[in-house]
Amino acid sequence: MAAVRTSSEVALNRIAIVAVLVATLVFLAPIYWIASTAFKPKELAVSVPPTVLFEPEVTPFVRLFTKRVQMQKTVDPQVYEAAPWWEKRIYDGGERVLKVGKDVQLSQYPDRFMNSLIVAVISTVLAVGMGTFTAYGFSRFKIAGEADLLFFILSTRMLPPVVVAIPMFLMYRAVGLNDSHIGLIILYVAFNLSFSVWLMKGFMDEIPKEYEEAALVDGYTRMQAFFKIVLPEAATGIAATAVFCFITAWNEYAFALIMTNRRAQTAPPFIPSQIGSGLPDWTTIAAGTFLFLLPVAIFTFLLRNHLLRGVTFGAIRK
Amino acid sequence: MTQIELRGIEKFFGAVQVIHNLNLAIADNEFIVLLGQSGCGKTTTLRAIAGLETVDKGDILIDGKAVQHLKAADRDIAMVFQSFSLYPHMTVFENIAFPLRATRLSSGEVDKSVREIARVLRIADLLDKKPSALSGGDMQRVAIGRALVRRPKAMLMDEPIGALDAKLREEMRAEIKRLHVKQGSTTIYVTHDQIEAMSLADRIVIMHEGFIQQVGTPDEVYSHPANLFVAQFVGSPVMNIAEASVADEAGAATVTVGGTPKGFEFPRELLAKLNGHAANGGLTVGIRPEGVLVRRDAAPGYMPVEAHIIEPLGSFDIVDLQVGSKMLRARTKAGYVSGPGEKVHARIDPEQAHFFDTASGKSLGVRL
Repeated sequence: MAAVRTSSEVALNRIAIVAVLVATLVFLAPIYWIASTAFKPKELAVSVPPTVLFEPEVTPFVRLFTKRVQMQKTVDPQVYEAAPWWEKRIYDGGERVLKVGKDVQLSQYPDRFMNSLIVAVISTVLAVGMGTFTAYGFSRFKIAGEADLLFFILSTRMLPPVVVAIPMFLMYRAVGLNDSHIGLIILYVAFNLSFSVWLMKGFMDEIPKEYEEAALVDGYTRMQAFFKIVLPEAATGIAATAVFCFITAWNEYAFALIMTNRRAQTAPPFIPSQIGSGLPDWTTIAAGTFLFLLPVAIFTFLLRNHLLRGVTFGAIRK
Repeated sequence: MTQIELRGIEKFFGAVQVIHNLNLAIADNEFIVLLGQSGCGKTTTLRAIAGLETVDKGDILIDGKAVQHLKAADRDIAMVFQSFSLYPHMTVFENIAFPLRATRLSSGEVDKSVREIARVLRIADLLDKKPSALSGGDMQRVAIGRALVRRPKAMLMDEPIGALDAKLREEMRAEIKRLHVKQGSTTIYVTHDQIEAMSLADRIVIMHEGFIQQVGTPDEVYSHPANLFVAQFVGSPVMNIAEASVADEAGAATVTVGGTPKGFEFPRELLAKLNGHAANGGLTVGIRPEGVLVRRDAAPGYMPVEAHIIEPLGSFDIVDLQVGSKMLRARTKAGYVSGPGEKVHARIDPEQAHFFDTASGKSLGVRL
């Protein structure tokens, strides 16, 4: 059903469309830049003026995943011929891939990427899970000092995290939590929990109490009602909260830089550390960043239906 | 066989007492309607029976067993909410099957029970739909189906059709009545709509500010209201209420309202009956609009009055008549009084007059 619109409304609508297009271009530009640099030949990465059309190659990704050293002399043509295609790309750049016996030595990138995944996924699950239960409690039960408690929970977000980084580092070192997955997970859960509780409380408040009351009368315990009725109804909120918590944990830089250096280091502090000495290898860094962007994009894409509100609403008459 | 008894129920919300010493016995298979304005305690009473609200004092007995300390799930009672509370993420079938899934019934039995109740409620073709795709009336049928499917001891309904529009409400009212007659289960029904109460109830419980005002059959509360509140709450259009004085004039009793020089004529026996029931706080007469008789021309016993506002309601009119300083509303045939300002003649039908003590509001129990 089309509503009647005046010509000025039509004009406004067109202006809005243009504004949205411009905003979209502005937001997508850095992503395009990272993606295109990740597939560029090394020498085109910093060319002035920037190269827009080029033959894409995957060599930056090969460099990203391998340990290499600069070669003093040119490679033996026989060795070159025997090498697989990706190793030839490295020889072409005047480098060779480090090996132990016949096994290619991988760079630290896969490990760091894995660390990021472990820390982000586990901390998101914990933060959203605990936040959901806490929010349900606040939403459904009379709690003494409820407003104060909620404010207290929120107040943990009032300091910029960097302010507490040094004390946290000292405490973590004292109890041996620095450079550990668990340490980072605890930190991210603590940081995300306040956000998760507040967001989930909003969603919980919107789920009518009558749903659970109907389930209680129908012979279910409150716990069963929570899992069978409240959780499915809260799916939208849980998905939205999870996306936000995941993005925060995935992108976190400051604490990861200070708290980890080897075993538990995540990708954000690792990628810039690869700039190294001499000429920075921008294409390899871009390749690392490009891969790093994918999980959040995939996660958000998978949950996109839940992020659209109103899918399951409308079965209660008020 | 389910009897429910409430004994001395008291309930506070903080410092506010919302139910005062409530006593009520509900017989097996009875359809009880709790009637009152919002905030009168009727819904709280219902929720207390369901186990969704605790009581501060008193006993709730189901079949003689005290249940006030039992969880809602253990009382074997079903409830229909005003909002219907259908689970949006489940199909109609799953919604109706939900109470059965809490029991140890096999899936074949669940399927059979759901289809049986869906047939009775005429929603068999909706079983695969989601609640959001249903009309208001069908949502309500599903909600009733979910309540009935496990054959609960009793059925509680909290304004189940209050959210529907007028026409559908009338339809569903008839349907609820049909179901009750057919299925027969002890039912407690909460509403603020006195027409719903009158048409559905075996007995009506009228509540006001946490107190029961009167318990009785629809006919009893209509014909013998226990006090001024019930008198004005039940019946539409609302009963006329006026302070009155009674005099003995030349062998007949007269009832004067609005300070007119002459009163309405009543049979002499009224005096004797009223003397037996002293109205210490002053006398108030109550008369429903159909008890105010109107004629175009003068007749013995009729008083000349002037018509004011006329509300045409289709099959009849409600006419405001100026009687002294009071306005009495009369029910006449449609178009009987042509317009405002017309002079007509009116009297009060003595058999339809109710007498109350003005101060306490209590009925004097005097009928002619």
